Amino acid sequence: MTRILVRGGRLLDPSQERDGAFDVLFEAGRVVAVGEKLSAEGAEVFEANGAWVAPGFVDLHAHLRAPGQEYKEDLSSGGAAAVAGGFTQVACMANTSPTNDDPSVTKYILDRAEKESAAKIRPIAAATRGLEGQVMTEMIALREAGAVAFSDDGATIMDAGVMRRVLEYSTLVGVPVIVHAEDCHLRGHGVVHEGAVATKLGLPGNPAMAEEIMVARDVQLAGWTGAHLHVAHVSTAGAVETIRRAREAGVKVTAEVTPHHLTLTDAATLGFDTSTRVAPPLRSREHVEALRRGLVEGVIDAIATDHAPHATYEKEVEFTEAPPGMIGLETALAVCLELVREGVLSPLELVRRLSTNPARIFGLEGGSLAVGSPADLVVIDPDRAWTYDPGRGYSKSRNSPWADRAMTGRVLATFVDGRLVYNLQRGVNAE
Amino acid sequence: MIGRDILGIEDLTRAEIELILETAERMQEIGTREVKKVPTLRGRTLINLFFEPSTRTQTSFEIAGKRLAADVVNFSVGSSSVTKRETLLDTAKTLDAMDPDCVIVRHKVAGVPHRLAAVLGAPVINAGDGAHEHPSQALLDLLTVKEQKGRIEGLTVTIVGDIAHSRVARSNIYAFSKLGAEVRVAGPPTMLPVGIESLGVKSYTNLREAIEGADVVMALRIQMERLEGACFPSVREYAATFGLDRKKLRYAKEDAIVMHPGPVNRGVELSHELADHRPSVILDQVRNGVALRMALLYLVAGRRRKSGGEESRAASVAGEA
Repeated sequence: MTRILVRGGRLLDPSQERDGAFDVLFEAGRVVAVGEKLSAEGAEVFEANGAWVAPGFVDLHAHLRAPGQEYKEDLSSGGAAAVAGGFTQVACMANTSPTNDDPSVTKYILDRAEKESAAKIRPIAAATRGLEGQVMTEMIALREAGAVAFSDDGATIMDAGVMRRVLEYSTLVGVPVIVHAEDCHLRGHGVVHEGAVATKLGLPGNPAMAEEIMVARDVQLAGWTGAHLHVAHVSTAGAVETIRRAREAGVKVTAEVTPHHLTLTDAATLGFDTSTRVAPPLRSREHVEALRRGLVEGVIDAIATDHAPHATYEKEVEFTEAPPGMIGLETALAVCLELVREGVLSPLELVRRLSTNPARIFGLEGGSLAVGSPADLVVIDPDRAWTYDPGRGYSKSRNSPWADRAMTGRVLATFVDGRLVYNLQRGVNAE
Repeated sequence: MIGRDILGIEDLTRAEIELILETAERMQEIGTREVKKVPTLRGRTLINLFFEPSTRTQTSFEIAGKRLAADVVNFSVGSSSVTKRETLLDTAKTLDAMDPDCVIVRHKVAGVPHRLAAVLGAPVINAGDGAHEHPSQALLDLLTVKEQKGRIEGLTVTIVGDIAHSRVARSNIYAFSKLGAEVRVAGPPTMLPVGIESLGVKSYTNLREAIEGADVVMALRIQMERLEGACFPSVREYAATFGLDRKKLRYAKEDAIVMHPGPVNRGVELSHELADHRPSVILDQVRNGVALRMALLYLVAGRRRKSGGEESRAASVAGEA
């Protein structure tokens, strides 16, 4: 197996608190040395030329649509989009067809991923059968098949009794239960954040309280049962505060936020662009500010994309009929670099939230370039200007509010287990 | 304004609104002639694209077009494109290929006319989109108030009822505010949308305070089937609290007028007495609707056609300025 030396970069490795001029040497898919001016003897050299070198990003929340909706995305296109965006591991949600609520489906996803995906795929299994919120899934068997967490995602478990049992039982398996926190009754038919923008647009509002009330319920249940609750795509100030207090009280709760909730407000919907329809909805400025504070202070651990591909024709409909979601794997880095440029996060702290923390929360190997770690690595030019054209991207879908927008910061190369799976000039290599 | 989309009052300037009103005042006379037709839009094709049935608005636009000698085609389609497996943009592109000179759109979902306008070469007039805007209604309301009061500037206008679900309310808030009136809204808190004050109005949950000193009181139609039990407990309680009658109207100015976009639920929004007699001006509103829509059609579809998609629209708007 070849030795590869990534030389001359600015290493950003939060797991070792390292930010500086270090080279990384790997062999047989593992990091074997990290240090200043390492010898290139016997190694192929990848010249980083001052670019950032970081552990590969870990996405805790993506919809890769396979099996069943391969016209939107599959493991090949989703995996390619991931590595082109710097993600070396992607956790994919269970709302496939059939639902990933059975070990055979989990194994099928992993088998297909092995053959097709440039990124490592980590399936999230359903928490209840058919995402119906009634009967819990075989968590032990699913875990053995390779599931890394359990979630009904957008089909929030409304019955607190069921949620209690799911959380209790999950402690047998020791992996997180992920909640898409939204009280469906309080949400009603709401499609945009309830507030001045919704009132102006005349579109039905989805109040912040629909999320806040459910986060409050579930952290209580998590504290009671001792389970690990992971709150998906936090979008409101009240939810951040509830998570903060729960954490202070010793509840095992972690949280993620999306690039779009950190950078866009509900004002993005003013032109009725259906690519801005997401669940939870884009919120008002004060919520965005609270999310940023929560992210900086560590109340929110990770940034996750909620990459949700939909075909163009599915989005070319009435705003209320458009399926919620936007794609994000290929834009996440450039979008999040806004936070660095605005002084919200240092480069090292951004990498911590895109890589080290998400890997830790889900107990995944990776998120680190310490000796012995898998050689999952991304090389980044934070200043590279480009225009995002989803038609030329790797995802099969184009539903992005950043389509045709000027972006700054791009992935130059991505390594998975020591193999160069992407570089900007040649693209994703098919091998 | 040739080639210009009329999507909402929010997008119009005061000068544009005044131009539309002045044009409508000139159009009023045509409706009083023995032969109610002028050749202004002869050879032009207007499409009434109604995704939601509305006999009144559709008929008003149809009569307006016919009085200007245009060919008016009614294109009624099912309420949702999703059920037909056809996207909105499919519908728009199909219509565009038939080369209309103006497309009038009504849809139950906010924003649909905007999405269609981005694709259609012809100017689009929004005839009501969800709870968003209904510009021709607000303009005819302005025309009616101007006719009755001689002015808009300095008047106090109170809109009563289901503000949350009303496109008429939003368009009238913009319309009357832009022309210098004070606008108030009133209703139970379940019908007052969050952040309504950001549109520049005062909101009230007490009807008496809301209409105190008002020159114009506008009642909105209540969708009883949809809202009873959800936003108010019963029609009886709503009518007793927010329904207008002669007694409650005493808090308004002595010469206050009463308006309603129709059709009225008698005994709910308005007592039968107010619905059918002065000071309500409901039939004046309907009459003015035709003249106002003639003015809109003349202004956007008169003279020459817009030739292409968005670029040429931008060019023609810029060219006028």
